[in-house]
Amino acid sequence: MTVPRARRPSEDEVEHPVAREGLARPSVGNGATVAEKILARKSGRDHVAPGEIVWCDVDLAMVHDSSGPRRLGPMLERLGATIWDPSKVVIATDHFVPPNDQTEVEIARVTREFARDRGVAKYHEAEGICHIVPLERGYVIPGTLFVGADSHSTTAGVMGAFAVPVGVTEMLGVFVTGQIWLKVPETTRIEWTGPLAEGCMAKDMVLTVLGEIGDDGATYQELEYGGDAVYALPFDERIVLTNMAIEHGAKTGIIPPDELVFGLVRGRGRDTAAYPDPDAIYARVLRHRADELAPRVALPGAPDNVADAAEAKGERIDQAYIGACTGAKYTDLAAVARVVRGRRVAPGVRFLIAPASKDVMRRAAESGVLATLLGAGATLLPTGCGACAGLGHGVLGAGERCISSTNRNYPGRMGHALAQVFLGSPLTVAASAVTGTVTDPRELLA
Amino acid sequence: MILRGRAIVYGDDVSTDQIIPGKYLKLTEEEAATHALEGLDPTFVTRVRRGDLLVGGKNFGTGSSREYAASALRICGIAAVIAPFFARIFFRNAINQGLAVFECAGARTIREGDELEVDVAAGTVRDLTQGTTLTSTKLPPHILELIEAGGLIPWLERRLAATR
Repeated sequence: MTVPRARRPSEDEVEHPVAREGLARPSVGNGATVAEKILARKSGRDHVAPGEIVWCDVDLAMVHDSSGPRRLGPMLERLGATIWDPSKVVIATDHFVPPNDQTEVEIARVTREFARDRGVAKYHEAEGICHIVPLERGYVIPGTLFVGADSHSTTAGVMGAFAVPVGVTEMLGVFVTGQIWLKVPETTRIEWTGPLAEGCMAKDMVLTVLGEIGDDGATYQELEYGGDAVYALPFDERIVLTNMAIEHGAKTGIIPPDELVFGLVRGRGRDTAAYPDPDAIYARVLRHRADELAPRVALPGAPDNVADAAEAKGERIDQAYIGACTGAKYTDLAAVARVVRGRRVAPGVRFLIAPASKDVMRRAAESGVLATLLGAGATLLPTGCGACAGLGHGVLGAGERCISSTNRNYPGRMGHALAQVFLGSPLTVAASAVTGTVTDPRELLA
Repeated sequence: MILRGRAIVYGDDVSTDQIIPGKYLKLTEEEAATHALEGLDPTFVTRVRRGDLLVGGKNFGTGSSREYAASALRICGIAAVIAPFFARIFFRNAINQGLAVFECAGARTIREGDELEVDVAAGTVRDLTQGTTLTSTKLPPHILELIEAGGLIPWLERRLAATR
């Protein structure tokens, strides 16, 4: 689908979102989106416009074991260069954890030694997924520029940061200079209002928009989220919105920060936090009501291949997978427990759970959620990217079908190119695990 | 710069999971490249010739930030990728890898095996087989410089050498 041209929205489309949410006093007359404000400040300018290319100072750069030291180390050596500021680098070993063979052992060793030798203190080996750990540690500050060598680096936008995913050579430039050139994106604003419908989660919000605009519907754009339904979500759930911004093709996804967010970083970032001007210019504004939502699934093939879970009812599955940065946070595991408590996974279905971090796993153990999941017949996997990235345990064979709380289901994503993956919320995945077929969770929650 | 080559054509939304699935990420760049596009077209690596031009549909390279998706195509000999538009991380990765990428609205009219001639400076794609000329977006000079240098690393090397 084509990306519409930038235009000034009509009066009835924009009703001063910032003022309504009560987040900050709007500064009238600048007409800037959150992305424009952050990129202007990071490039030392008063104002930037979509399409301009600007050089920006990076506040935090994140790499993981697949995209990071094993590639960056030789590149830095070839150039005879050093890291511009090791205190602004995060390294998370999360793809090949724990190592399954000698190649993976070697990647872990190279990663570990790179962090040690180059003075990177923010080094986290097998502690959780690279998009979750920096949030748990309070590394991401509102209004800052975050660059990550992984496509789901848009996740950090949940803190109100401009979080942009890049490839590893691009990251080399950041490591050497501390800067990156960025084209200022146009912005699509997505607003959700009203109480979230029963049986629905943030995943259903994302899938709804994906079904509407497609997996290329926001290519090169910023997605700016707003509306009372977004701010009513717990932090774990907000992560799903920004994490899956990339699934719309977006460059970044930002939720302007509220008190909940400032609380996570002990009040830091109040001076840098950015909010959209009431007269900000959007490529478009999408409005949805959270109380009109129904549980959704993405049918196999692409994340924008969206249907109501009820429409896919009865589709047989071999595996139900709770995992990834998107779908294995604490509230995800708790949502699954809500469905499977007192129930058993359907015979013949593999029910796999790979928590998004060790902290998530510990909390689930302490609260009893983990006992509920195991009691229902779930298999607990190590924390890490795992089968979502086609790695580790739980990859699929030809013709096998899986429903997954992860973020991407292109052919070959979770194993064999002829495997089929449905995407759904943790509630939907849990309900499907119990019945052995794709199931609207409201059937079991009633 | 003029690129002339034979078209290998695929459809819309060719994803990075199809170009290089996750299971090959632990390999070296060169090893991974021997599996390029395996999930979509197992014959690709055997029939691709140096200088071929890959033609995709919309949203080429959607998905992961894995740079192997771009480097695999370059290592296989692909001289440029032509598509109506690209997923943005792939687009940038390709340039950093010295793989030319051209946004060409009419890319879908190109057929498998057509002889193409890309005039990089003029921003045109001539389909010599069909006798048509398509317009592509022109890459800005600093991007062309990166591609001509063979990617960001050789470009940086050159720049560092000049300043030392």
